[in-house]
Amino acid sequence: MITRTEFAMITVYVPRDSAAVSVGADEVAVAIEREAALSGTPIRLVRNGTRGMLWLEPLVEIETPAGRVGYGPVRADRVGDLVAAGLLDGGTDGRLSEVALGTVADLPWMRDQQRLCLARVGVTDPVSPDDYVRHGGLAGLRRALAMEPADVVAEVTESGLRGRGGAGFPAGIKWKTVAQAPGAQKFVCCNADEGDSGTFADRIVMEGDPFSLLEGMAIAGYAVGASEGYIYLRSEYPDAAAVTGAAIELARTRGWLGPNILGSGFDFDIHLRIGGGAYICGEETSMLESLEGKRGMVRAKPPIPAITGLFGKPTVVNNVLTLVSVPAVLADGGKAYAAMGIDRSRGTQVFQLAGNIARGGVFETAFGISLADLVNRYGGGTRSGRPVRAVQVGGPLGAYIPGSRLDLATGYEAFDAAGAMLGHGGIVVFDDTVDMAAMARFAFEFCAEESCGKCTPCRVGSVRGAEVIDRIVGGQDPDGNLALLGDLCELMTEGSLCAMGGLTPNPVRSALLHFPEDFSPRPEETTR
Amino acid sequence: MKHATDNLPELVHTVVDAHRHLRGPLLVILHELQERLGYIDADVVPLLAQELNLSRADVHGVVTFYRDFRSEPAGRTTVQLCRAEACQSVGAEQLMSALEQALGVKAGQTTPDGATTLDQVFCLGNCALGPSASINGRVYGLLNRDRLVELVRAEGS
Repeated sequence: MITRTEFAMITVYVPRDSAAVSVGADEVAVAIEREAALSGTPIRLVRNGTRGMLWLEPLVEIETPAGRVGYGPVRADRVGDLVAAGLLDGGTDGRLSEVALGTVADLPWMRDQQRLCLARVGVTDPVSPDDYVRHGGLAGLRRALAMEPADVVAEVTESGLRGRGGAGFPAGIKWKTVAQAPGAQKFVCCNADEGDSGTFADRIVMEGDPFSLLEGMAIAGYAVGASEGYIYLRSEYPDAAAVTGAAIELARTRGWLGPNILGSGFDFDIHLRIGGGAYICGEETSMLESLEGKRGMVRAKPPIPAITGLFGKPTVVNNVLTLVSVPAVLADGGKAYAAMGIDRSRGTQVFQLAGNIARGGVFETAFGISLADLVNRYGGGTRSGRPVRAVQVGGPLGAYIPGSRLDLATGYEAFDAAGAMLGHGGIVVFDDTVDMAAMARFAFEFCAEESCGKCTPCRVGSVRGAEVIDRIVGGQDPDGNLALLGDLCELMTEGSLCAMGGLTPNPVRSALLHFPEDFSPRPEETTR
Repeated sequence: MKHATDNLPELVHTVVDAHRHLRGPLLVILHELQERLGYIDADVVPLLAQELNLSRADVHGVVTFYRDFRSEPAGRTTVQLCRAEACQSVGAEQLMSALEQALGVKAGQTTPDGATTLDQVFCLGNCALGPSASINGRVYGLLNRDRLVELVRAEGS
């Protein structure tokens, strides 16, 4: 119910997303409340998620009859002036002209997206269940609960939804395997160990629309016959933990989680677990070990987690974005979802523009958009203003793509053909000052730091790899050492137990292939 | 600042009891113990092993596997500077060198006066607004040398 005073109040949005907070959103929120009080203007301050236009953070929005108008980036020490100039009325004149953006929904960046996973992110109050329902939440779960579990699995299969964590395994097939595995106890695990550099979509969704993840997990639980779900969240994301934890509590009080959810007779509850700062725990079997309270040592596959997963039970392991896509698949049907995309890359991908980029943030659209469009058209090229030299897609284990080859369509198949991988959709941009031999060395260094140590190619190969690159740029028998590096990469690719060691050669080989000049001996290092 | 308790066995018992009902509770327990003690004291390991009916080797193995669990107390201010690729593309390595020089310690070390611990971290999820650092749990973006040193000094004073 809206009372008269609330109706008269101006609604102001200041994101609580940790990226916005990292550049001062909390201070801006405090300043706006103070200035509004001083000017005698009653406001309702909503701490929303981010709209994903991170270069504009802190992005302040004012609700007006014509829609939400935006201002950004807003500095706390300018709020007094901006309020005096009419910020709270949605004005655009005078001092406001420097930061006024117009109606946020009409900005090209927002208008050109197809937001399914991000439909509510930045729009709603993340911890308001009423907001969630008002903006289409629970439609997918309600429809799923009215169907047979096998039909839910079939719907997900029909959608063509593939795992967004990086491997791209078809979700429907995984769910079917778990559903058909014998046993009364099964689990749904959400992999929220988003450790890849350049990726932050999971965090943004969990901080901006946590109920959608809970809904997706409940649908997965119903489809496969699991009554318990676990979210494994990395410890580097304390804000996501706080928001998601609060959402779980709220969902329980609403009957969205717990016994007999939405009166369906189906029981499902979710537990939030925090990781320990180990990148390897983003590998699914390592994550399961960690959830069991053990060292995050990778398991050999088979057996696959769908058959022998958490505590040895059949387990669905899906990434946050996979599970967040599920409510949309169920609400609108698998066919509608499959109508988007290219090849066997169906639906939408949340791309993350990161690194040395002028306009960084999250951009959700159907597969098929070119890298050039993302990096240059929407991203605005580098932040430094220098030419784009390389782009790393898919995290630290993804290949480097030269700036001259960005005319690549984003999709699992197109990337495969180009010797790259899409991974979790993170795109890290480097300008022409980057030293690609140093980046290749870093790939090994990172692998050495984060390897679980179970298999030798990864544990030892990573250390040796860094040493070999040092010798190459140091001018010690470059040809012999380059051949050795090639052998080492092949051994790690073929002989490692999991993707950590197996994919570390990706950045190394692509750097060598596209930027061989960076690996030539350096004068200052040869004269010793 | 957090202090080690006088009665470690009782603290360990209380924390274990609060989480004993969970499936695979060891990480949850370790997080809470570190929260309370500031680090995982070596004496905690045999106590946990006994409480949870695990071997000491098992517990020690878990404690040492995860970067989050410290074997000794951190400084009063903890700085985690991101060194992952996205932050490197906007100068994280230079920032790390500058901070190492300003504090007189290497990554992973604490200043001799116990004021500041400098850690490296691989990704804080703030990759569009790097370079990023977390100072006492709060993330700061778009850092440069002067701003970072100023923030670290302000937190430490």
